[in-house]
Amino acid sequence: MGIVSRGFHGRRRPGGEDLPPGQYLVTDFPVLSAGPTPRVDLASWEFRITTETGQARTWDWAAFRGLPSEQITVDLHCVTKWSKLRTPWRGVPVDTLLAEVETGAGFALARSYGGYTTNLPVADLLGGRAWIAFEYDGAALAAEHGGPARLLVPHLYLWKSAKWVTGIDLRTEDEPGFWEALGYHNYGDPWQEQRYWGD
Amino acid sequence: MAGAAILGRLTWRAGTVTSVREETATARTIVLNIPGWPGHRSGQHVDVRLTAPDGYSVQRSYSIASAPDGDQVQLTVQRLPDGEVSPYLAQVLAVGDPLELRGPIGGWFIWEPAPAPVLLVAGGSGVVPLMAMIRTRAATGTQAPFRLVYSVRGPGDALYGEELAECQRRGDGLNVAYVYTRATPAGWPVPPGRVGAGVLTAPGWAPDRHPAAFICGPTGFVEAAADLLVNAGHDPRTIKTERFGPSGGQS
Amino acid sequence: MSAHLDGNMLGGELGELFTADITAATGQCASCGTVSAIAQTHVYTRAPGLVARCPTCAGVMLRLVRGGGRAWLDLRGISCLELTPPAQP
Repeated sequence: MGIVSRGFHGRRRPGGEDLPPGQYLVTDFPVLSAGPTPRVDLASWEFRITTETGQARTWDWAAFRGLPSEQITVDLHCVTKWSKLRTPWRGVPVDTLLAEVETGAGFALARSYGGYTTNLPVADLLGGRAWIAFEYDGAALAAEHGGPARLLVPHLYLWKSAKWVTGIDLRTEDEPGFWEALGYHNYGDPWQEQRYWGD
Repeated sequence: MAGAAILGRLTWRAGTVTSVREETATARTIVLNIPGWPGHRSGQHVDVRLTAPDGYSVQRSYSIASAPDGDQVQLTVQRLPDGEVSPYLAQVLAVGDPLELRGPIGGWFIWEPAPAPVLLVAGGSGVVPLMAMIRTRAATGTQAPFRLVYSVRGPGDALYGEELAECQRRGDGLNVAYVYTRATPAGWPVPPGRVGAGVLTAPGWAPDRHPAAFICGPTGFVEAAADLLVNAGHDPRTIKTERFGPSGGQS
Repeated sequence: MSAHLDGNMLGGELGELFTADITAATGQCASCGTVSAIAQTHVYTRAPGLVARCPTCAGVMLRLVRGGGRAWLDLRGISCLELTPPAQP
């Protein structure tokens, strides 16, 4: 630990909430990104699920927005240690999208405009635990927060909630994504503080 | 002094605040004594780390404002209303307090005393590392022609105003041109506006003079100024840039 | 306006790991072949790790993660790095 700076407390709010270990509460909504913000034109936006057999199912924006969606309120936990509670979103459950393909695959790789990827078990995309979200706080999702649409998987660290999502590859073998290949934990459960390899 | 000729691996170390000096209503200079400081070159920066009692820590980078001077290092910090680190450094940190830092850092955005002309382009607090260059030029008695183009929102935001005026009065080859983007001083001949090609290519400072150019400030400012210089004919290899975050500091 | 800084900001982190100044080194982008000073790369610092991208094609040139007492460095985006060895005492 470094030298304590007299009188320094940082931008955090006091806890009192039930947070995962090592997290602190914020009230703003930090914007993190590994690259330039993709500017995605809705006329060319597509979301594609590709199965382990090569079957592909694609939705354009109109088809995607025609699917039933739901309003949800979830807590976000970023591996950089900030947590933001009770965030309001609207999105299409990933269950709805996966129901349109036949698959026995156990692993998924989410891909984003701009090249970002993240991997997670297919089981973590099912059971009402994951959405493709397109609205935040009642308004269209801003580009800096992943709009037009992002993956939202709040039970894992936020790097798994791929911004600017454009598809999911279903795979029989796991492939580490952008951060998972460079030290970040392959699964990423905030409640077990699974931040880095070996945690 | 020989200065930072030998680079070891960088580690965190502590300095002590020996004095502070208000520069503007929202910025102040912190003077630090850092035992064993290896010296530094103008343009380099330090990383500063603040740690709360519970272990929470944040880091920010700040350019060194001073010429090399033994164990003394000066930083100038612009306070940002929604900053996490700058309000602490600009208002809470006091004489006698320790400050943890790592440096000197940077082997590219540096000016080594030499006679060739130098064009400095500053956006807001981007003037800090360029001021270290100006101060090093004065301290070493280097005769290189220097021109500083300094873009600020208004007269109250300009750092080092008196010192720059005094340097110009000495007439030893430094000239300073201010660009006011929001509010001008009384009697200013032009309305507020951004840096344009004209102020960058003033008489005596055309590309054929091959000045070394250093541009520092927010990302948008730096990229616009670099484009103007390249479009005016400057060789891109003579232009060095350092981008600060939108907060004005490097974060 | 992009939210990036530049490779000057890598000097602190890399300076803890290497004695040679990586930011003053020049690197060839493995995606497009452009040679840039590492100090000129576009660096995204607001992320779970540092990402340095080619100023010409935005391809990832360097990535660094620090955490859990370890560091992970990916240089696959640089096909060739030219350095000045640190001065000998």
